[in-house]
Amino acid sequence: MKDGFDILVVGAGPAGIAAAVTAAAAGLRVGLVDDNPAPGGQIWRSGAHLPAAAQRWLARLDRSSVVRLHGWRVFDCPQPNLLCAEPNSAAMTSESRVRAELSFGKLILATGARERFLPFPGWTLPNVMGAGGLDALVRGGLPIAGKRAVVAGTGPLLLAVAAHLARRGARIVAVCDQASRLQLARLAAHLVFEPAKLWQGANYALAMLPARLRTRCWPVAAHGSDRLRAVTLRQGAKQWDVDCDYLACGFHLVPNIELPTLLGCRIEDGFVATSEWLETSVPGIYCAGEPTGIGGAELALLEGEMAALAASGLTHQARGLARKRRGMSEFVAVLAKACSLDPKLRALASDDTMVCRCEDVRYGALRSRANWRDAKLHTRCGMGPCQGRICGSATEFLFGWRDTPVRPPIFPALLSSLASPDTPTEDLVAAGAPSHSAKESR
Amino acid sequence: MPESTRSLALTVNGATVAVTPGTTVAAAVLMAGAAARISVSGEPRVPLCGMGICFECRVSINGAPHQRSCQILCQPGMQVLTAAAESCALAANRRTS
Repeated sequence: MKDGFDILVVGAGPAGIAAAVTAAAAGLRVGLVDDNPAPGGQIWRSGAHLPAAAQRWLARLDRSSVVRLHGWRVFDCPQPNLLCAEPNSAAMTSESRVRAELSFGKLILATGARERFLPFPGWTLPNVMGAGGLDALVRGGLPIAGKRAVVAGTGPLLLAVAAHLARRGARIVAVCDQASRLQLARLAAHLVFEPAKLWQGANYALAMLPARLRTRCWPVAAHGSDRLRAVTLRQGAKQWDVDCDYLACGFHLVPNIELPTLLGCRIEDGFVATSEWLETSVPGIYCAGEPTGIGGAELALLEGEMAALAASGLTHQARGLARKRRGMSEFVAVLAKACSLDPKLRALASDDTMVCRCEDVRYGALRSRANWRDAKLHTRCGMGPCQGRICGSATEFLFGWRDTPVRPPIFPALLSSLASPDTPTEDLVAAGAPSHSAKESR
Repeated sequence: MPESTRSLALTVNGATVAVTPGTTVAAAVLMAGAAARISVSGEPRVPLCGMGICFECRVSINGAPHQRSCQILCQPGMQVLTAAAESCALAANRRTS
């Protein structure tokens, strides 16, 4: 369609912002669609204390010609080179709800990652949240000063979250990583060669002095009636209770690959397979950031730039970036190893522990199922509104099940969005409303 | 900074909650001490992921059901109803009819 975008970018985290800004600088007509109210993704979530790089890129995005649709969620790809999105905002009345039709020449997927959650007794109690989850809520205005928080799970995110919560006045009563000291030492050794990351690591460590990091330690139960009151932690043979107001618990990250999967992009070992220039197995569709391998914001920025240059036909300008990326690829592997899960965590759930939170399916009902499909058909596990995004990564670890291919809509959508006449890209851009409102909120 | 000290008011299950601009509806619901939803087997739930993935934060906003409150910012005068309050209202309706 001649009035569509030359390049459409899905996801406005570091990778998506870098991709959109870079493609727009090349003189192309660029669209950026994201389901959050403001750009930055999860890692650069709005609020104070954004790193300098984030502020620089967000400012570049503000100055760019990129057409931004914040608060819009892509739910379908009804035909090649066309995505459909629905607005998130309830402020819109039902009359003004529109389904956006976003047509494009090339597509860059920067859909980011989510936390992996593992079920343990009591994990559905109010105030048991993801590590990034609690962090996001605090950045979204939840007061945390004076509250006691346990931060647990695995991955570098834990220290970042603990440090941030502490800065906001939370009392961090414990920080536990399931990884061994050796696993973390190997990661730390790698960070020595990455000055920027070392600086971040040191900052986290300094902020963390009051509560020391416990390794090979994890929550085995959360207690409370109406909400969380205490957590039982285990480290080796030792087990003890800690009173707390919040448990922030996430076991590293899993990539958001639903949209790439829907589009037919080849998936390898749970990640989107790409060429050296970040083109997926589908010609004209590129992928950048966490869906190609969990590597953090720095690598995501680099991949976003690379993907945009490649999609703009400027591969020759991306050679330096490609070299740098090859140098960073080792970090992805080191990080994955540092976050690999202890098989003992499979014993956390007991028969009456919820696994699927949408449909309230318990571990005991799933134990005897043959695979993910069998579990879906017999127990409704993964059949709720999150479409298995939470329990899917848990059951993959618990039982070795892999998700079956996704079907549209990849997010629950209104019937009116599924059936209504489309609002073509050009009308949406002319109206200017979706991106405008989001810009004002920053 | 005047931006961060200015507050806006919305209601959660009828009770007024004052928040700073930029606050998500999910945070306002937690500040009001309300569970966002009641699970299919009756458990109270609050947001888990904070990023629009888990659907535990669904509430009604200005009459529109199933809104993911963690991705929506508070607006002045917004009326938020959680499933816990809604199911109570339904039960009350049944008793009176």
